[in-house]
Amino acid sequence: MTNLITRRATLLGIAGSGLMLSGCEKISQIPGFQGMLESAEHLSRGGQRLVLTSSRPLAREYQRSDITRNFKANGTVRPQTVEYQRLMMTEFNDWQLKIDGLVQNPMEFTLPQLKALPSRTQITRHDCVEGWSAIGQWKGVPLSTILMTARLKPEARYIVFHCADDLENSPDGRGLYYESIDLVDAFHPQTIMAYEMNGQTLPVPHGAPLRLRVERQLGYKMAKYVMRIEAVDNFSGLGLGRGGFWEDRGYEWYAGI
Amino acid sequence: MSAEVADKGESTPARRTRGGREPIYRHPLFIRLSHWLTVLCIAILLMSGLQIFNAHASLYWGNTGNEGDPAIFSIYAEEQLEGPPIGWLQIGKYKFDTTGVLGVFTDTDGFLSGRAFPWWVTLPSSQNLAEGRRWHFFFAWLFVLNGLLYLIYGFVARHFQRDIKPTRAEFRRLGRVILDHLKFKRARGEEAKHYNVLQKVTYILVIFVILPMMIVTGLSMSPGMNSAVPLLPELFGGRQSARTVHFISASLIVIFVIIHIAEVFVAGVFNEMRSMVTGWFAVRPERIDPNRSNR
Repeated sequence: MTNLITRRATLLGIAGSGLMLSGCEKISQIPGFQGMLESAEHLSRGGQRLVLTSSRPLAREYQRSDITRNFKANGTVRPQTVEYQRLMMTEFNDWQLKIDGLVQNPMEFTLPQLKALPSRTQITRHDCVEGWSAIGQWKGVPLSTILMTARLKPEARYIVFHCADDLENSPDGRGLYYESIDLVDAFHPQTIMAYEMNGQTLPVPHGAPLRLRVERQLGYKMAKYVMRIEAVDNFSGLGLGRGGFWEDRGYEWYAGI
Repeated sequence: MSAEVADKGESTPARRTRGGREPIYRHPLFIRLSHWLTVLCIAILLMSGLQIFNAHASLYWGNTGNEGDPAIFSIYAEEQLEGPPIGWLQIGKYKFDTTGVLGVFTDTDGFLSGRAFPWWVTLPSSQNLAEGRRWHFFFAWLFVLNGLLYLIYGFVARHFQRDIKPTRAEFRRLGRVILDHLKFKRARGEEAKHYNVLQKVTYILVIFVILPMMIVTGLSMSPGMNSAVPLLPELFGGRQSARTVHFISASLIVIFVIIHIAEVFVAGVFNEMRSMVTGWFAVRPERIDPNRSNR
């Protein structure tokens, strides 16, 4: 009897899971269904913003002894674009960070100019959407300092980071990495444009010469090889209009979970 | 439940089905709806969870963990100089060849694939972390809201206090109940009108320990929640430990579901299914009818 039961249960289980799988895949083709699934992102963002904005809590900062020895560089580790290759050869001497879009003073910063601004150093945990974590020390300019110098126009709602890396090596630049965050995260004290990692000049695999750190979100938000910062009021003119390279490829814009 | 049973039982004592079974109204509508919604949520959360796990098929202890760090659990493919790759399941220092099921398996296109969990248990069936996450978080919200309503109902309608809380006397019978379970003995008469003590203890563990653990460990992996409640991941010894405990809790739920379904077959699949669909359960009479086999 036991045999029969387990056999029957196993068969039913397999048939059930098979049916369910094909059912799920069919359902997910229905227009509007993906939209329904995506609605959970608004709940997650709304819920987290409720607890995160009221007190602006900081992400945990760790000790020097906690730093991960072998911090994995993910995504692009050596941008292939001609422009970046040229900048890299000249050790980023004529690299400039451009700030434009919905700002009163569009401006440019050289690396020495950025390094002359007040800096923040933090040892934080980096969580990749894939599931792994690593701890690193980052030093850079708070993004708020840069934005206050360039003075945001009142209609600015998001800050976009345009990068030098093309993860798909696309001929027309359609695969160029970009990311965006809202003003809550942009003005968070731990949101910095980092030029140092673990006490050394930011290495190329980790986004030299400048990368974003948004400590309360997942790794894909933290754009590397940042070339230009743009203030916008919506994402319609960017990529596929979802606010980032991975967002255009199906990932959530709000990556706090 | 017992109040309803008493009402219906006493007012219509003559109501018996063929074979002398006494129908009782066992599961109210809310519990039935909540049960099936939980079934849907757990199935989808499990399969989309395995999809998410496949994006990094190793578990660690502590705050950090990545390739090269000692993993306490890992599923991976190992390329061979000659012949097809081998799928390995590594638990601690032990390694098991799981080729064909875990690590290396035949994919939907007929070719070998090197993912951890095979296509027939992940949602979606192909490697797609973004879509897996969307399924996971939507049904996580549904699961949490359904769970909250269930908990409120359970306490307010006194379902927990009346039907699930074991009494001292019941605990004294624990040994005999375990023996009955091992013998696949079906409950009859008065005994079949309420949950047995083993069932009660299991339900308490699942409802109040394992399922909440899923949610808390899930939130402990969120960088946003981590900065809002820094204690969250530390409860488990770090973010990667929380991810490991999330996986262990999910495994415990799978074990519970397997036993739960097996028990449904032991107790009578038609009767049990009817009670969770219509609410009505037929209680087998106390005395064994010699004309009917006990199977």
